[in-house]
Amino acid sequence: MIHSLFLVNASGDIFLEKHWKSVVSRSVCDYFFEALERATEPENVPPVIPTPHHFLINVLRHRIYFVAVIQSEVPPLFVIEFLHRVVDTFQDYFGVCSEAAIKDNVVVVYELLEEMLDNGFPLATESNILKELIKPPTILRTVVNTITGSTNVGEQLPTGQLSVVPWRRTGVKYTNNEAYFDVVEEIDAIIDKSGSTITAEIQGVIDACVKLTGMPDLTLSFMNPRLLDDVSFHPCVRFKRWEAERILSFIPPDGNFRLLSYHVSSQNLVAIPVYVKHNISFREGSSQGRFELTLGPKQTMGKAVESVLVSSQLPRGVLNANLSPSQGTYTFDPVTKLLSWDVGKINPQKLPSLKGSVSLQTGASKPDENPTINIQFKIQQLAISGLKVNRLDMYGEKYKPFKGIKYMTKAGKFQVRT
Amino acid sequence: AQVLFSVKLYTVHQYLNVTLFLYVFPQMIARGKNASDLFPAVVKNVACKNIEVKKLVYVYLVRYAEEQQDLALLSISTFQRGLKDPNQLIRASALRVLSSIRVTIIVPIMMLAIKEAASDMSPYVRKTAAHAIPKLHSLDPEQKDQLIEVIEKLLADKTTLVAGSVVMAFEEVCPDRIDLIHKNYRKLCNLLIDVEEWGQVVIINMLTRYARTQFLNPNINESLLEESSEKAFYASDDEEDEDKKAEAATLAKRKPYVMDPDHRLLLRNTKPLLQSRNAAVVMAVAQLYFHLAPKAEVGIIAKALVRLMRSHSEVQYVVLQNVATMTIKRRGMFEPYLKSFYIRSTDPTQIKILKLEVLTNLANETNISTILREFQTYIKSMDKDFVAASIQAIGRCATNIGEVRDTCLNGLVQLLSNRDELVVAESVVVIKKLLQMQPEQHSDIIKHMAKLIDNIQVPMARASILWLIGEYCEHVPKIAPDVLRNMAKTFTNEEDIVKLQIINLAAKLYLTNSKQTKLLTQYVLNLAKYDQNYDIRDRARFIRQLIVPTDKSGALSKYAKKLFLALKPAPVLQSTFKDRDHFQLGSLSHLLNAKAAGYQELPDWPESVPDPSVRNVEVKDSVCARRTVLTGPEESDSGSGSESASASDESGSGSESEESREETESEDEEEDEEKEKKRKKRLDKTKAKKPAEESAERCLVLPNVSCSAPSFPQRAEQWHRGQKTRQEGSEESEKCLRIRERIRKQRIRGRVGGGTIAPSGSIKMYELLHRITGEGLAVEYCFSRQPFSPDPNMVAVQIQFTNNTNSETKNLHIEEPRLQSGMRIREFTEIGLQPSGESVTVVMGIDFCDSTQAANFQLCTHTRKFFVSIQPPVGELMTPVFLTENDFKKEQGKLMGMNEISEKLMLGEKCVNEHVIVERVTATANLSRVPCGSEKECRFAGKTVSSGCLVLVTVPTKEGGAAQLTVNCEKMLIGTLLVKDIMQALSQ
Repeated sequence: MIHSLFLVNASGDIFLEKHWKSVVSRSVCDYFFEALERATEPENVPPVIPTPHHFLINVLRHRIYFVAVIQSEVPPLFVIEFLHRVVDTFQDYFGVCSEAAIKDNVVVVYELLEEMLDNGFPLATESNILKELIKPPTILRTVVNTITGSTNVGEQLPTGQLSVVPWRRTGVKYTNNEAYFDVVEEIDAIIDKSGSTITAEIQGVIDACVKLTGMPDLTLSFMNPRLLDDVSFHPCVRFKRWEAERILSFIPPDGNFRLLSYHVSSQNLVAIPVYVKHNISFREGSSQGRFELTLGPKQTMGKAVESVLVSSQLPRGVLNANLSPSQGTYTFDPVTKLLSWDVGKINPQKLPSLKGSVSLQTGASKPDENPTINIQFKIQQLAISGLKVNRLDMYGEKYKPFKGIKYMTKAGKFQVRT
Repeated sequence: AQVLFSVKLYTVHQYLNVTLFLYVFPQMIARGKNASDLFPAVVKNVACKNIEVKKLVYVYLVRYAEEQQDLALLSISTFQRGLKDPNQLIRASALRVLSSIRVTIIVPIMMLAIKEAASDMSPYVRKTAAHAIPKLHSLDPEQKDQLIEVIEKLLADKTTLVAGSVVMAFEEVCPDRIDLIHKNYRKLCNLLIDVEEWGQVVIINMLTRYARTQFLNPNINESLLEESSEKAFYASDDEEDEDKKAEAATLAKRKPYVMDPDHRLLLRNTKPLLQSRNAAVVMAVAQLYFHLAPKAEVGIIAKALVRLMRSHSEVQYVVLQNVATMTIKRRGMFEPYLKSFYIRSTDPTQIKILKLEVLTNLANETNISTILREFQTYIKSMDKDFVAASIQAIGRCATNIGEVRDTCLNGLVQLLSNRDELVVAESVVVIKKLLQMQPEQHSDIIKHMAKLIDNIQVPMARASILWLIGEYCEHVPKIAPDVLRNMAKTFTNEEDIVKLQIINLAAKLYLTNSKQTKLLTQYVLNLAKYDQNYDIRDRARFIRQLIVPTDKSGALSKYAKKLFLALKPAPVLQSTFKDRDHFQLGSLSHLLNAKAAGYQELPDWPESVPDPSVRNVEVKDSVCARRTVLTGPEESDSGSGSESASASDESGSGSESEESREETESEDEEEDEEKEKKRKKRLDKTKAKKPAEESAERCLVLPNVSCSAPSFPQRAEQWHRGQKTRQEGSEESEKCLRIRERIRKQRIRGRVGGGTIAPSGSIKMYELLHRITGEGLAVEYCFSRQPFSPDPNMVAVQIQFTNNTNSETKNLHIEEPRLQSGMRIREFTEIGLQPSGESVTVVMGIDFCDSTQAANFQLCTHTRKFFVSIQPPVGELMTPVFLTENDFKKEQGKLMGMNEISEKLMLGEKCVNEHVIVERVTATANLSRVPCGSEKECRFAGKTVSSGCLVLVTVPTKEGGAAQLTVNCEKMLIGTLLVKDIMQALSQ
């Protein structure tokens, strides 16, 4: 299946290679570099590149290309999904997945890759098992290791691989037993020129951080489970129970994990929490253009809209922008033509606005394309779909855990066309 | 410098800590530096105690063994030792490294190790063996035949851990050996949901191929329809409906399609996996449904695929490719999700273009207006490649949907005045294609375009305009010569493609309007004659011969006009994804639209039904623990063969159950018997039904079989055979036997009663060999519940031989044990001589590996051999453990969740007090009582004999005879079986 893996940084250098079968020369990456050169944007590199003897499947995360070398037929998604899992594992281990972090921990990286694949077929990808095999590096442990000469590799044998519940290790102990659940919803929307919604849908996830002693068995129920149109589960969730009773019943993994992701369909009406008034115009013959933006809250259920960030890719003909924001700060990059305005919180009494003029390059004709406006925002303590957790129960353990549920709404891919 | 570096390292190694030294290797290997010089120094450390050093040595070894074969061999013995380690994890890791060393010399060693590991008792080691198979196969393909044997064996494995890996090995080594799958098909379907996610992908893809060869096309009745409706794809709905009705009428006469229950099983068991978090699994299920499901059911995959579009852009890319192919065949399925394919300005270009493809495929009369409005905004995008693709998409919509053709054309003409040249050029190309469909009505557009030629510089667009004018020069008789005049002026500076079209235009004008253009044409042809490009020179010479009449010109020139101005069919604008579905969706080959190495073709549906009975599994009565199977050698020969689970055979034995039975059987056996009778009657009924329905019935029954549920009919049959033979014996001897038996039982009870742990209840004797089958030798056994001293991991089985013949029996011993993987037997010492009429008792040990699988072996005397088998009730697989109340609670806390099985029950009438409950439970299972403060609760503890897993049983009683039975055990199967048995014991 997966023959080799090359890690390529943003400047096009291979800084790590790993082979699971016989060694493939790194010159195979030349085909990848060719494709990289052809692509105008980094994300435009085709994920699958055929070469005379191999196939290169790559993913781009954190400005690192993970290039897997394949020799024969394999479902491409299989490889892509695995590569993303590798990145997630690195992130889990080192906090960030950057070139520096990987280089600093090259031994751990190597050990991880060795355990994750056997002869190119995934072996242990569950973070719980991996952590039992290879302890994640911490500052304290690094210090201790250098002094005592001990290592990161777990001394015990990894019994997790044999367990019926492979995602949870046995013998977990905490002094404070806590279970936190974050319900995070993202609104994906396209708003047209006149302010009407072209398409809007809600994608939600429930991320959990569970630190409970022993083998707890949790059930989570919703007030209105019918809202969830399409769901995908962490493998720990008992599917039958959900089918029958719409209750999430599971033995949680230890630590952070994504319990559930769901989708609230576009058939339901989606509340759009902000509106944008815009007036962007260029006059024929003049080298100046007008630019006005005003943001306002709409259907926020009384909650404040925070961390608002507006960005827009202005037409290529624009030379500079001379704007004045009523609040927050704005930047305009004359090279990439990217305008971004960090608004902060929207005050309903005094709506934030950004007004001024943009200057065009001399001699450039009036651009006929209109920039789209991307908006990011957060609303705390609100799940915009109206989803509510009813209760969380624990079985199988005697202690009383501390339970917490947090709701948040964010903008996903929220675009306003002008 | 590199060598210097290594040498330095080497010297460093002499003095420094080994660990420190080894840390440098991954750095070197990771950067692709050659560190093979250090091989000897590193390999020395292979036996190092430090686990991390060991692991790093492994990494190093596997990386460089190929280059330093001789030295690598030094390390082999370490791994061979590891293969024998009592710890399963060490065995597994030794096998893993050993099989990764790519040195041909050790192939025989690897082969041996794989074979051994394939029958290891630990499923984890067996999984590793499955992983090792493709490694060995790539190292030495000649081992294929032997490896297939191992694969066959591992395919029969019942654990989820092994399933994914062995199917992967199957796919790499022998993907064409579909016959190996038959017997395991149902098991794989049933295990699927519990297999780890990567294994699921492999299994689903394999099963898709399998199903294509074994089942009939569920859409067989519609495939004809499809063909006809495809032609009428964009025709109005009414027409289509009529077509359908007509087709349906003819189809009604044909045989109705009935889906094979196994086909249904596959579809049903894969459906929940659409909810997986793993995109590859979702895609695998989606392609399975696309290729195998009836048309009406395919729709369910759309939602899951649309969900994947939220994922990383690489995932999106692959999913959209597949959706694009699906939308061509099954447009309706994605129509409700149209808006999910709308394009955002932040999407990468490749995603935008794929979404555009999908939107175009989804366009129909009803949604075209919204789609076109969407396209209009796309045209204003800053991404020019995307704009070009959008214009082409509009063109495709216009050709496919007649009603909007004019609107589209007008829109495109407006684009001609766009400031961006690329947009204009693309529009020209698309307009050219559209105009070809109905040129008469659009002469003004042609005129407009003729004017554009002065401004447009893009060669393709210029060429398109010239072609248009040439083709329809009769519609624009005044402008055409003028354009040619202009072009002749710039001829030398044009691109090749434009030059060819100028020649083309000249030729056409010469034929239609030679008066005005004769000289011009000559001029152009002369220019072309001396062009640098030979294509253009050739073309010019060819055309001159064809159109300019000379005395030498051949017969062809008469037809010149027909040649040039023939009516040309309008181009068909179709998706590049059309017909891509002959590749299995989700595969690499599909994505690249070219066959990748190792791609297995998706077979066509078979014409007629292949034999569905090949998937029937020969059921071993694995759980009928209560009963000893009574088989002599003759019977086992004729019996097991003919019994092989074909449904009609089984029901045939129904009449036997009416025969009178003996009374000596215990109560619970009688109950079972009742059930069996009922079951048989049902089967008799099913026999009368049509074969198709019968197989549906079978599907209902059989899926469980592979998960160890016993097959009732077969059990019954065996039982009856025992009855029959028994009846043949005379009444008298029956009585004697009973008396003797009673005496013997008492004797045993007395002996065992002295033991500390033995329960107060009596010990049940099981028959191993009946006196008649054994030709006078009667053998009985019981589980004495004593620890088996030579090996604490074995269950002690006490066997009693009674010689009922008139002569002596000699050399009683065991031969040829046929055991499930991992099981072991410690035989009793041979009984040299047994005089007539005497009984001898011996004890043997069997390690059942904590399973209720039977241990089969031959019992030999000096004259005869008897095939016998011992099957333990689950309760005998454990030994008591003494726990305090606190310990019990602590241990129970660790065995929660999936390890806990709980059932409610009503206590039987006789279970009046705690004492009876304790007695019943301890009689059923070899457990000890755990002290408990409450009177209302009884607790028991034990551990399994071979692996030492704790088994905890709790029985709290409530008012009115209600009780709850809870069993906690890490081995879920043991737990489930135990619950069943205790329930039965308590509810009597």
